[in-house]
Amino acid sequence: MTRRLPKKDVVIIGLGWTGSIMANELTDEGLDVVAIERGPWRAAPTDFPPTYIQDELRYRIRHELFLRPEQTTFTFRNKMDQTALPIRSWGAFMPPNGVGGGGVHWNAETWRFLPSDFVLKTHLTERYGAAFLPEGMTIQDWGITYDELEPHYDRFEYLCGTSGTAGNLRGKIQDGGNPFEGARSRPYPTPAQPQPFSYTLFAKAARDLGYKPFPQPSGNLSQAYTNPLGVRMGPCTYCGFCEWFGCANYSKASPQTTILPVLIRKPNFSFRDNSEVLQINTDASGKRATGVTFIDTSGEEWEQPADLVILSAFTVFNVQLLLLSKIGKPYDPVSNTGVIGRNYTHQTISSVNGFFDKSKFNFNPFIASGSIGMCIDEFNGDNFDHGPHGFVGGGYMGQVQTNGRPIQTSPVPPGTPAWGAKWKEAVRDNYLSNVVPGTGVHGSFYSYRDIYLDLDPTYKDRFGRPLMRITMDFHENEIKQNAFLTDKFAEIITAMGAKQIAKHPRTAPYDITQYQTTHVCGGAIMGNDRPTSAVNRYLQHWDVPNLFVLGASAYPQNAGYNPTNTLCALAYWSADAIRNQYLKNPGPLVDA
Amino acid sequence: MHNRITASIGLVAAGTLLALAAAPTFGATSTDGQEFSQIERGRYLARAADCTACHTTPGAAQPFAGGRPIETPFGDITTPNITPDLETGIGAWTDDEFDNAMRNGIRPNGSRLYPAMPYNSYTKMSRSDVMAIRAYLNTVAPVQNHVVANTLPFPFNIRLVMRVWNALYFNPGEFKPDASKSAEWNRGAYLVDGPAHCTLCHTPKSALGGDKTDQYLRGSNLQGWFAPDITNDDRSGLGRWSIEDITAYLRTGHNRTTAATGPMAEEIAHSSSQMTDGDLTAIATYLKSLPGRQDNPPPIPANDPAMVAGQAIYRDQCSACHALDGRGIPQLFPSLADSAMVRSSDPTSLIRILLRGAQSLATSAEPTSPGMPSYNWQLDDAQAAAVLTYIRNAWTPAAPPVTPHDVGRVRSDRETRAN
Repeated sequence: MTRRLPKKDVVIIGLGWTGSIMANELTDEGLDVVAIERGPWRAAPTDFPPTYIQDELRYRIRHELFLRPEQTTFTFRNKMDQTALPIRSWGAFMPPNGVGGGGVHWNAETWRFLPSDFVLKTHLTERYGAAFLPEGMTIQDWGITYDELEPHYDRFEYLCGTSGTAGNLRGKIQDGGNPFEGARSRPYPTPAQPQPFSYTLFAKAARDLGYKPFPQPSGNLSQAYTNPLGVRMGPCTYCGFCEWFGCANYSKASPQTTILPVLIRKPNFSFRDNSEVLQINTDASGKRATGVTFIDTSGEEWEQPADLVILSAFTVFNVQLLLLSKIGKPYDPVSNTGVIGRNYTHQTISSVNGFFDKSKFNFNPFIASGSIGMCIDEFNGDNFDHGPHGFVGGGYMGQVQTNGRPIQTSPVPPGTPAWGAKWKEAVRDNYLSNVVPGTGVHGSFYSYRDIYLDLDPTYKDRFGRPLMRITMDFHENEIKQNAFLTDKFAEIITAMGAKQIAKHPRTAPYDITQYQTTHVCGGAIMGNDRPTSAVNRYLQHWDVPNLFVLGASAYPQNAGYNPTNTLCALAYWSADAIRNQYLKNPGPLVDA
Repeated sequence: MHNRITASIGLVAAGTLLALAAAPTFGATSTDGQEFSQIERGRYLARAADCTACHTTPGAAQPFAGGRPIETPFGDITTPNITPDLETGIGAWTDDEFDNAMRNGIRPNGSRLYPAMPYNSYTKMSRSDVMAIRAYLNTVAPVQNHVVANTLPFPFNIRLVMRVWNALYFNPGEFKPDASKSAEWNRGAYLVDGPAHCTLCHTPKSALGGDKTDQYLRGSNLQGWFAPDITNDDRSGLGRWSIEDITAYLRTGHNRTTAATGPMAEEIAHSSSQMTDGDLTAIATYLKSLPGRQDNPPPIPANDPAMVAGQAIYRDQCSACHALDGRGIPQLFPSLADSAMVRSSDPTSLIRILLRGAQSLATSAEPTSPGMPSYNWQLDDAQAAAVLTYIRNAWTPAAPPVTPHDVGRVRSDRETRAN
C-alpha cells in the first residue's frame, strides 16, 4: 500500500551538487521543496572528521562513501552481440551515495569546457568537413553556448571559492593562466594553490618545450573564503586524502561546505534520506509528472505529489529512472531511434610514471591536494590542428598527482620483480622520487551509435526492477587520440629529468574493472530537437515539461575536462530558466 | 487554539518594527495585558530571560510546556509547564502570584521554588517587566502537560529548606541604577544581573548552591562544563575581547577568535541572538567594566616534557585547523592563542571539547557551524594533558598545566553525561 504525503511545490530526486543548487534556488523563490535522497544524511564534522577520515583502506579500498552493489548495480558488456553481466565491485567509475553525492568525494578539479565544445559538431564539420568524423560517431551541439553559460560557471565558482589563475579575462589573455579557455567575466575568487616541487618541475619542463602551463583550477582552496551565501571555508592543508574522502577541514568545496548549512535552515526546505525513488509518476496523458513514489528503509512505499519534479541523481540513475517511469522514448541503436539511453560516454584517461634519481629529486608525494597540479591545454578539444592526425578530440595533461597514500602508491620502474625483497627495495628507493600523475592525460570521449544505456533483459535489483545495462567500448578515434596525447605527455615527463618512464596508454577493449574517473555522461542529453535529445536547452524534458533532468546525463558527448563545473553551471542555468520563465508560465520553454 | 497561534504570529510579523522600537524600552509603564506593545515587550523580555532554555523541551513542538530535566548538584529538577493551561500550567495564577514566583521564588501555595529558577536574578526586574512577561505568556498556546517538578532526592525534596537558603543567599529587590555610571552601563548591569541571569552559570557556587559573591562572574563548573570567567580578566576572561567581539559572539555565536558550543550555544540561539544591538552593547560595556582577578602564572618552560610532547601532538593533530601559530582561521576555526577558555583556571570545558568534540552554533548570520572532532579514542590521559598544557603555555599569557588526572576526571564524565 502506497501512502500519500501532502503535496509539495517541488520534489527533488537526489541531494548532491545539482539537487542542492536547485533546492537553494527554488526555496529562494519561495517554493516549498522536498529532496529525496537514496543514501544517508552526511555532515562534514560528524561524517568526515580529520581524526579518522584519512583511512585509505576504509574509504578507498572498501568504498565506504559509495553505493553498495547490494543496493543496486548495473550490467556491462563491450559489444551489442555480447551478454551483459552484473558488476559486483565498482571499477571504472564510482556510483556516489548519500547527501552531497559525488560532491563529497570528488577531487574538486573545477574546469570550464571550451567554447567550441558546446558547438562541437558544427565546429568540427566546418573546420574538417563531415567526412573527417568517423563512421558511427553521434556527436552533436548542446543547444547552448559558452557565452550563455558563462554567468552560471561564474556563480558556481564563486559558490565554491575556486582557486585558480585566469587565462582569459573578458577576452584578454593573461600570463600564467590557460590561454585556451573561454573568456571569464572576472578572476577566480581565490588565487591558485601554491604548487609543490614535482608540479613546478613539470611546469618548467612544459615551458621549456614551448607550452603554456598553468595551475589546475581547484576547489581545494588556497586561502580562507566566505561565499555569497555566507558559508565559510578554510585553506587546504595538502593532506592528500581528497578524492574518495570527505573533507571536514572545510577546504574542499562540497554541498556540505558551501550550500547545505544555509539550505537546511530554510523553513520551506525539507529532505528525506535513506529513501529511494522507485518511479516518477505521470498523469493519464503521460505529459505531466504528478510526483514520485519512494520506498523507505522499512520497505514502506510513499507517494510524494508535487507540481515540479527535478531529477538530479547520478548519470546512470537519471537514465534508469526515466526508463523505469516510461518517460521519453527509449533509444534503439539498431533503428537509431529514441533518445533515453543515447550518447552515453565516459573519459579516455592515461598516464606516464616518471622515475627520478633519488639523490637529486625528493618530491614528497604525500603533500598534495585533490586538484593540485600544473597542466597544459595545447592538446585539448580542437586547440590543435587534427588534420594530420586522423582523429578528433583531446584532453588536458599535467602533473596532477593527488596523493602518496601508502596502499596504492608504490610505483616501481619497469623490470622490477612483482614481489619479494627486490620489490620492497625498489618501492623504498622510488617512493619519494617518482611522479605518478594519476589522470595525467584527461582525454575526451565522444559519442557513438553503439555505446548506450538500456534496461537489462535479465538482471533485476532488490525491488525487482531491471538493472541498467551499459554497452560501451573504445572506438579507434579515442585510442588514436590517447596514443598521441600519451606520447606528448611522456616527452614532458622525460624533460623533467626522469631517468626512466613507464607509459600507460589507454587501450581497447574498455575495461569496466579499472578505474578511470567517475565522469560518466550522457543518456538523457540536451539538444535542439526532439528526435536527438531527451531534454531541451533548459534541461526540461521535451515530453513532460514539469520535469527537469540535471547532471552530466545531459552531455551530448564528453569533453577533455572534469565535468562538475559544467553540470553545476547547467543547474544554475536551468534554475534561472525555471525562476524567470517557467514559473511565470508553466509549460514547454522551447517550441519544437 | 490554532487560530490563536496564527493570529499572534500575524500580529508579530505586522508589528516587528514597532516591537523592536518598543520592546527594550526601560521602565515602560503599560499594565494592560491585552495591549500589543505590552505583549511584545514581554516577548522580548522572555527571550532576554531565556525562559525557553528550561521550560521548552528541546525538539518539542510545544513551547513552554516544561518537562525538561535540569541537572543540579543536588539532583535533577524537572521544569514546570508555564503555558496558560488552567489545570497543568499557570493559567489560573493571579498576576500577584506570578510576580511572587518570579521575584520572590514563592509559589501560589506558599512553598518555595528552587534557585534553578533564577528568581534571585529576576528579583532585579520591575513589576512592570514581570507583568509584560506574564502578558506574553498568556498569548502562547496552552498545553495540557502535567509535570512532576520536584524530583530531587531527600533531604533536598523538602522545600522548607529553601527558607534557610533564602536567608543566606537571596537578596530581594529591584535593580538600583548607579548614578555615577552611564545609562548604557546601567542597562547592561540590569540585563546581566536581572533577566539574562548570567550569574546562574558564571558565578561560582558554595556547597549549598549559593553565589560566591566575592567571585562574581569569574566562572563556575556546572553540568560537565566550566562556564568561563566573563569579567575583563586578561587571561581567562574577556580582557582581550573588544565590545564588538562580545556583541558579535552574543548575536551570531561566532567572532574573530572563537565559536559558541554547549549550553552557551543554546543561550545564544534562544536568547541573545534575538536581543537588540543596543542591549548587547550594554551587556558588553558592563562586563568589560568588571576588573577580574588579573593573576598571571609563570609560563611552563618549552623544554618541559609535557610541553615537548604537547607540541608534537599539536603539530600532528591540531595545526591543520588551528594553525601552527595557534591563530586558526577567523570566524571558522577558533584561535587558541587568543582564547580565554583555553586558559580558564578550571580546564573542564577545554578537556571536554578535546575528548568529545563539539559543534559550533549555526545562526542566520553564521550558518557554517564548523565542528571539532572527538579525540577521545586517539589521545590517552597523558597525551591529552600534554597537548592541552602546550596550548595553555605556547602563547601568552600562560596558564597552569592540565594534569592526566584532570583529563581522567572529565573522560569518566562521558559515561554518566550525554552530549
